[in-house]
Amino acid sequence: MALIKAQEITKTYRLGDIALNALNNVSLSIEKGEFIAIMGPSGSGKSTFMNILGCLDKPTSGRYLLEGVDVAHMNRDELAAIRNKKIGFVFQGFNLLPRTSALENAELPLLYDGLPAHERAGRSTEALAIVGLAGRENHHPNQLSGGQQQRVAIARALVNNAPIILADEPTGNLDTKTGFEIMELFVRLNKESNITIIIVTHEKEIAEFSRRRIFFRDGVIVSDEAPVRA
Amino acid sequence: MINIPSTIRISFRALRVNKMRSALTMLGIIIGVSAVITMLAVGTGARQRIGEQMASIGSNLIMIVPGTTTAGGVRMGAGTQSTLSLGDAEAIQKECPAVLYVAPVLSGVAQVVYENQNWSTGINGTTTNMLYVRDWPLTSGRPFTEEEIRSAAKVCLLGQTVVDNLFGSLDPLGQVIRIKNVPFTVIGTLESKGQDPRGQDQDDTIYVPVTTAQKKLFGTTFPGMVRLIMVKTNSAEDLPAAEKQITELLRQRHHIGQKQDDDFSVRNLTQMMQAAEQSTKVMTLLLGAIASVSLLVGGIGIMNIMLVSVTERTREIGIRMAIGAKTWDIRLQFIIEALILSLIGGVTGIIVGVSVSEILSLLAGWNTVVSPLSIFLAFGFSGFVGMFFGFYPAYKASLLNPIDALRYE
Repeated sequence: MALIKAQEITKTYRLGDIALNALNNVSLSIEKGEFIAIMGPSGSGKSTFMNILGCLDKPTSGRYLLEGVDVAHMNRDELAAIRNKKIGFVFQGFNLLPRTSALENAELPLLYDGLPAHERAGRSTEALAIVGLAGRENHHPNQLSGGQQQRVAIARALVNNAPIILADEPTGNLDTKTGFEIMELFVRLNKESNITIIIVTHEKEIAEFSRRRIFFRDGVIVSDEAPVRA
Repeated sequence: MINIPSTIRISFRALRVNKMRSALTMLGIIIGVSAVITMLAVGTGARQRIGEQMASIGSNLIMIVPGTTTAGGVRMGAGTQSTLSLGDAEAIQKECPAVLYVAPVLSGVAQVVYENQNWSTGINGTTTNMLYVRDWPLTSGRPFTEEEIRSAAKVCLLGQTVVDNLFGSLDPLGQVIRIKNVPFTVIGTLESKGQDPRGQDQDDTIYVPVTTAQKKLFGTTFPGMVRLIMVKTNSAEDLPAAEKQITELLRQRHHIGQKQDDDFSVRNLTQMMQAAEQSTKVMTLLLGAIASVSLLVGGIGIMNIMLVSVTERTREIGIRMAIGAKTWDIRLQFIIEALILSLIGGVTGIIVGVSVSEILSLLAGWNTVVSPLSIFLAFGFSGFVGMFFGFYPAYKASLLNPIDALRYE
């Protein structure tokens, strides 16, 4: 069974009288353990697709099966629970809570999963160690570099053992060297923990790290290739 | 599942970030709560004082005064007629079962002289029963004897104000004072009672036997005339029955026909006092209600700040939602923040209110009573205000679309 199965997903936005199809009959299947880069120019529908994959948005029509369960018709709270347990988000702007320690930022998903404090702290410390931030548990985001902040965000995505990490331009705010380091971390997580990683990027060098690249244009997938790594 | 302790910690952190703003928001609640506490304390204090004065007048009292005279169609004020007599008083005592004690009074104002001191005061000619009617103990000496009353003896009991003015620190017992130039021996002094509900000094008085007042001080239009009769019943429940019995008896004694008006009037003093107490109660409620308006305004302040806070933290809300916060996780976070604001404000307000009440009673001499109920009420009300005015901002936050919230700059 495919981890993610998108069937004829259409997303229509209404701007006054004009209906705009951000996604048009997109079908896609992703297996567990894949490392995918989603590419395309702005307005191609890749962000809309990512939002639907991340259960932040619902398709106008079509089916989205996550681990065989149709999530297209779930309500807000059911979707929140799916996001909490199945999906880890990494954003371009890190999106950490300010004035909150790395440890508390990383344990946030566990808080909403209702875990007791000591268990949260333990697992959060572990996740921070995996991303190479052992010893920085009590640093606040403004005391960390961009790369370190993104690592905290990745730890937050890992902490609830979600099978999928969705990363929206994760290196967009970082310099090239740090960006590569973050990508290597993703590669390692993908290999060692068999986590499915889906990255949106418009940088070819970043997409190079993936094993499968999907191009969007005008709301449809124009190519879906699995390049052979040199 | 909702994690309350963690949510409380998060809320405290959020409030600490904007210390000044949180403090000012609380100030609204502090002012509201302290106003409610102070106003209720002042009102309760006033009521308590009236209660004490009622007790000082004596409980379960009925006062009988003569009716009005009509001279050529001109009606005079109450008490202008002289219709009551010692005989009436004795008859009431004997024939009205609901009555416990009866004390006739013939009063007047006179100049009193002791050596080189003099003082103008109210002289009440009465019987020993008066002390029971008014629940008025002696501090020294003894009450009148039957013999003294029968023989119109020249003896007197002094109120504390009279003692102070004539004798200073000297012992008045056994001394002779002159009332209207008639020498009287002081046989006792009355305990201090303070002001009556109308603010008059009850201790500025001298008691003499009623017969002495009639024969030697004020004179009477007919033998045995008294100005009023005070009656005490066993309990408040007996008052209406006593009133009825007294009215019937006096109409009969005064030969008043079926269609004629009474030539006396029976007043239920206790009822009058209760009316006064009732009006203070209304005043207390009114003061409290006005003060709660400021609490309401404080609540609106909380709502205002919470709305600003929700807008400012849209992105934070987006992050939390993306990570799995459910509708009620977000709502509770903001409701708890509002609750913390209002409850800290409430507790501070209680402290301020109690202090202000204390200061008022110390500086202005007002009687203030902070009741546990008013503290409980103020605390509960501020909690309710926080919950009520926190809900809308929290509700608004929980309805945000996570995608838009994440993109919010």
